[in-house]
Amino acid sequence: MKKRRWRDFGLAGLMLGPSAAVLSLFVIYPLVKAVWYGHQRCDASLSKCRTTSWHQYIDAFRSNEFQDSLIVTLKYALITVPIGLVLGISLAVLADKHIKGIGIFRTIFSSTVATSVAVASVMWFFLLNPSVGILADWLGGSAKTPGLLQKQGLALWAVSASSIWANLGFTFIVVTAGLQSVPKDLYESAYVDGANGWSRFTNVTLPMISPTLLFASVVLVTRAFQSFGEIDLLTAGGPKGETTTLTYLAYGQGLATSNDGGLRATVSVLLFFVLLILALVQFRGLEKRVHYGN
Amino acid sequence: MTLMAYSPFVAQVRLVNITKQFDGVTAVEDINLDIADREFMILLGPSGCGKSTLLRIIAGLEDPTEGEVWIGDKMVNDVLPKQRDVAMVFQSYALYPHKTVQANIEFPLKVRKVAKTERGVAALAAADSLGLGEYMQRKPAALSGGQRQRVALARAIVRKPAVFCMDEPLSNLDAKLRGETRAELIALHQRLESTFIYVTHDQVEAMTMGTRIAVMSRGHLEQIGSPQEVYDKPASVFVAQFVGMPPMNILPAGSLESGNHLVGVRPEQLEIAASGPLSMKVTLVEQLGHEVLVTGDVGAKRFVVRVAAHTIAPRIGDVVGLDAPEAGRHRFDATTEQRIDA
Amino acid sequence: MAIDQVTGARRIGRYTLLMVAAVIVFFPIYVMLVGAFKPGNKVLIDRLLPTNVTLDTLRQAWREGNLGRALWNSVVVSVVITVAQVATSVLAAYAFVFLTFPGKAIVFAIFLATLLVPLEATLTVNRHIMQQLNWLNSYRALTVPFLATAFGIFMIRQVFLTIPKEMREAASMDGLGHFGFLGEVAVPLSRPTIGAFALFSFLTSWNSYLWPVLVTTKSDYNTVQTGLKALKLASLDRPNLVIAGTVIVALPIFVMLIAFQRQLIRGLTAGAVKG
Repeated sequence: MKKRRWRDFGLAGLMLGPSAAVLSLFVIYPLVKAVWYGHQRCDASLSKCRTTSWHQYIDAFRSNEFQDSLIVTLKYALITVPIGLVLGISLAVLADKHIKGIGIFRTIFSSTVATSVAVASVMWFFLLNPSVGILADWLGGSAKTPGLLQKQGLALWAVSASSIWANLGFTFIVVTAGLQSVPKDLYESAYVDGANGWSRFTNVTLPMISPTLLFASVVLVTRAFQSFGEIDLLTAGGPKGETTTLTYLAYGQGLATSNDGGLRATVSVLLFFVLLILALVQFRGLEKRVHYGN
Repeated sequence: MTLMAYSPFVAQVRLVNITKQFDGVTAVEDINLDIADREFMILLGPSGCGKSTLLRIIAGLEDPTEGEVWIGDKMVNDVLPKQRDVAMVFQSYALYPHKTVQANIEFPLKVRKVAKTERGVAALAAADSLGLGEYMQRKPAALSGGQRQRVALARAIVRKPAVFCMDEPLSNLDAKLRGETRAELIALHQRLESTFIYVTHDQVEAMTMGTRIAVMSRGHLEQIGSPQEVYDKPASVFVAQFVGMPPMNILPAGSLESGNHLVGVRPEQLEIAASGPLSMKVTLVEQLGHEVLVTGDVGAKRFVVRVAAHTIAPRIGDVVGLDAPEAGRHRFDATTEQRIDA
Repeated sequence: MAIDQVTGARRIGRYTLLMVAAVIVFFPIYVMLVGAFKPGNKVLIDRLLPTNVTLDTLRQAWREGNLGRALWNSVVVSVVITVAQVATSVLAAYAFVFLTFPGKAIVFAIFLATLLVPLEATLTVNRHIMQQLNWLNSYRALTVPFLATAFGIFMIRQVFLTIPKEMREAASMDGLGHFGFLGEVAVPLSRPTIGAFALFSFLTSWNSYLWPVLVTTKSDYNTVQTGLKALKLASLDRPNLVIAGTVIVALPIFVMLIAFQRQLIRGLTAGAVKG
């Protein structure tokens, strides 16, 4: 009967309207428009544009700048995600015991979640600053002039250290929640079967928290690919582009793309596709590999 | 007094040629059913037979694809559920977990903008009549299954509807509580003088509570009648086997001088006799205290015979003769499986 | 013996490990705190000990960074975004779960697809839109594009889906309309998830960095994040001033997170743990 199908139509429009307006105006339209700008060359504010060709996407993808920053971003993700996960799991397992004072330790381990990218980056900027930074002092000569953050071969590691620290609170909280959702009787049965601590960890804990770990790694990988603030505040993409990630290439200052809105659009659309592929790969992983408890 | 004077209170429910399809799949087909005012009508059938769909059509939660629904003297196809004067008790009770018992029971009145004191009085009366008085400030999570079921009932009662629809309201209770609640529902029906329409797959509930039973199968009505009629004169093989526990034994065509018809005999009508026309190899003997159930194979068919306690029952492995008096034989057409009355 | 009981030497070992880990994790924050309470000319003295404690540096950072203004801006922007996102998400989620209308599946798929579009892909054009609307350097530019989010719609839809259909039917038989059911039943039953989403939404807008950098140039519209950037650029030679600014900026969120720890954990782990 038609009546029932259409009865809620007006109300649905009213309820979906605000969200639909915002999402179409500020997500869907800009994406479509960015795809269009991507085959144009423009001035910095996109007010004057002239069409070049759709080939601009291929040219931009093949350009040294894009290729280099794609590699930088991949490296950055490959450093920060595994190390961040291992540290986060270690802290969570370490604190997953009912002993006196554990609340204080848990608060400390979660604390970095309260630092925004800007706060964490400024903190690390001064920790690693060659003239005042205490870490720079301890790391000795190699950290002195021009400073770790501007030293080729080390800058990306320095940025990674800051970001691993800043994300540690998030990973710790998520993994802790995962650990607490593992049914206790599974540990007990493994214990009765004579499994020792490490074997309980690999045979019970890890498989049971694998959905949690996957979620955490999806978030961390996404953050790595979208990193902008830490680059902007710590290295400004340097030295010699060694820390110019994809997002920084699209929006950073003083780069080849900075004065051309069209080129920026090209890069940001390419970035969108990189993230899309990444998301699809991760969704497949989510479907297949992960063991889900009941 | 004329009939007209009664009419505002008369709540007979009439279904005319009701058909319901979901995405092309027919759930109920061409159902005609008259439910009298103040009747306790049971819709009985296995799961998927369309009984709940029919109830939801009466309540207004589903629109029929074809046909008319009448409540009293009004065609209600286009009337919203809230205007139908129908209350519903759901299988899961659908209580609001964040509201107290009191707030749950009062809720239908609150929505109808009944004044606060008035609805407090009504809620307390409904709750007291079901023995819930002392739980008014608890949340549903702090109640037992039986108590939650009563809250759901109280929430329906408080509106004083003309028609109560109940969808398997006892199926989440344990056996003992189910028995007690059956008796209470019968008493409630007497007291409220409303029309009850009750969906169940449990033939004991159907037999004990209903003034009439509508037996359904695969979207069709198989039989409508009083519990005794349905038991004594099942209209089809389906009804014969669905009502009665253990179910009626069905003999293949040709046995017991039946010609081309199927013959059904209830377990209590079968007699164990040394020289009966049928012979059964006993495979199971169940002592139930007040009676004994003897199960065995007659040819390729499994038969159950009910024997009084303290008689000498056969043992497993025995081969016994069986007979059934003419009065205990039900005949059905071999192809349509419909009852044939001699 | 329960297996999560720790005794004797193992207990001491675990405490030692916990202590070491805590010191390492907390170290950067500690160094910041020590630095923020030192006067400018003593930065290099006792970098690990709270000596020469003074509030002057904090005061100076507050003044020079115009951090009061930045904090106010951040509060206004984050509160507006949070309230709006909760409202738009609850309404849209309700429509997707409890209303029947043609094209529902397609509309939902489109909404969901916007989750895959990273902010970064749309910023250039969005900035251009702001410029054309003459909204640069305004609260509108900082808030309007974020008044709705598919993430919130999805998260709240998931919890609305757990409300039994029969509960809506029971309410509709009682004559309760959709807005009544939303306010009386759906929202109260989903309060924990909505709270978690609100906190998540607040944190995200509070921490947002790139968008404010793109659409604000005047210091009057600095949020705490861009204010910090400005302070860093302006005071590179006075590190402890920037450090003090960092402490001021981080403090409100620290306090808030300790107060809302449970919602935070729920918000961060939504989707991570099944069930």
